[in-house]
Amino acid sequence: MAMMPSGSGGRIELPENVVVSRLDALANWCRKNSLWPMPFATACCGIELMATGASKHDLARFGAEVFRFSPRQCDLMIVAGRVVMKMLPVLQRIWQQMHEPKWCISMGACASTGGVFDTYAVVQGIDRFIPVDMYVPGCPPRPEQLIQAIIDLQDKIQREGTITGREFDTAGRQLRKRALVELPILTADASRNPVLQRELAAAADAVAARD
Amino acid sequence: MPFTPPSVDDVLAALASRFGDVESSVFRGQTRVVVPAAVAFDVLAWLKESGFDLLVDVTCVDYLDYPGATHRYGLVYLLTATGTNQRLTVRVFVDDPDPTVKSVVSLWRGADWLEREVWDLFGIRFTGHPDLRRLVMPEEFTAHPLRKDYPLQGRGERHNFPVITRDHS
Repeated sequence: MAMMPSGSGGRIELPENVVVSRLDALANWCRKNSLWPMPFATACCGIELMATGASKHDLARFGAEVFRFSPRQCDLMIVAGRVVMKMLPVLQRIWQQMHEPKWCISMGACASTGGVFDTYAVVQGIDRFIPVDMYVPGCPPRPEQLIQAIIDLQDKIQREGTITGREFDTAGRQLRKRALVELPILTADASRNPVLQRELAAAADAVAARD
Repeated sequence: MPFTPPSVDDVLAALASRFGDVESSVFRGQTRVVVPAAVAFDVLAWLKESGFDLLVDVTCVDYLDYPGATHRYGLVYLLTATGTNQRLTVRVFVDDPDPTVKSVVSLWRGADWLEREVWDLFGIRFTGHPDLRRLVMPEEFTAHPLRKDYPLQGRGERHNFPVITRDHS
């Protein structure tokens, strides 16, 4: 504790090696400098993602070098490459398995828009079905572009978030989360899947009843 | 006396004597025969006994709106005789409304997934297949997307998912 000298009019004199901040800002500072990416790499963007993590571009300079293949250990999902409709339920399940606070980077033209693959099998942008924080243009983007996205995401993380995570802790949000956890591995066409229809209706009813 | 393998022509002659005239053609040294769907299994069984013991691939072509085509679907069986290194392409044409051909899984176990793929993408039914499920498309998919009358962008299947928002996850 800095001592309050007498006669200073209530001002606190700090030594010059002391920084004053809010705990929220401290938490955000820790989070933004220790992002653990979940590499959802399905195509050539995945190769650039690997290059970004490798020695030349060295993602460790930004504290994000610890790629984990378990969603339970990650807080940054990097979707690198096209996502086909058969894969989308898996992507959604993995996103739901990640703990808050978590962020998502949509890397490359395919993940962001479907790219040139405007066909029956390819999802036309993952942001239609899961939340996305940063989009990286390019086909595939160079590692520098991905690094820029991570730097921008760090700025975003610094601006928001609380040390207690109280923004996640609303009752309605928890209920909605639980309702979705009950979903089976989701299928392509709900209108033709009675099991899914039943599940969706029950989940919606449960949410409505609790709200 | 060195062993001289029977030429593909000999095999075709034997095939014709057994199953009647079959249409055949040669393009750049590759021989192709067209057999009716009714006897396709018997022909393939006989070819297997005659030395064409390896089934390389089973695939299909949709000839919808193809100039000069007389049938809708053309199945392709690519055979190889591993003893003599000869190759033979067998074509079988089938039509709507119920394109069906007898499965060759009982001849070549490896035809299992090949036929499942053709069923998945073209909707050709292989009777006698032990497990005719979709191979590449999701189970719930109802169309056969490599048919020419299936729209390239699908019929909304790729959009029909629950949306997970920040509030939900």
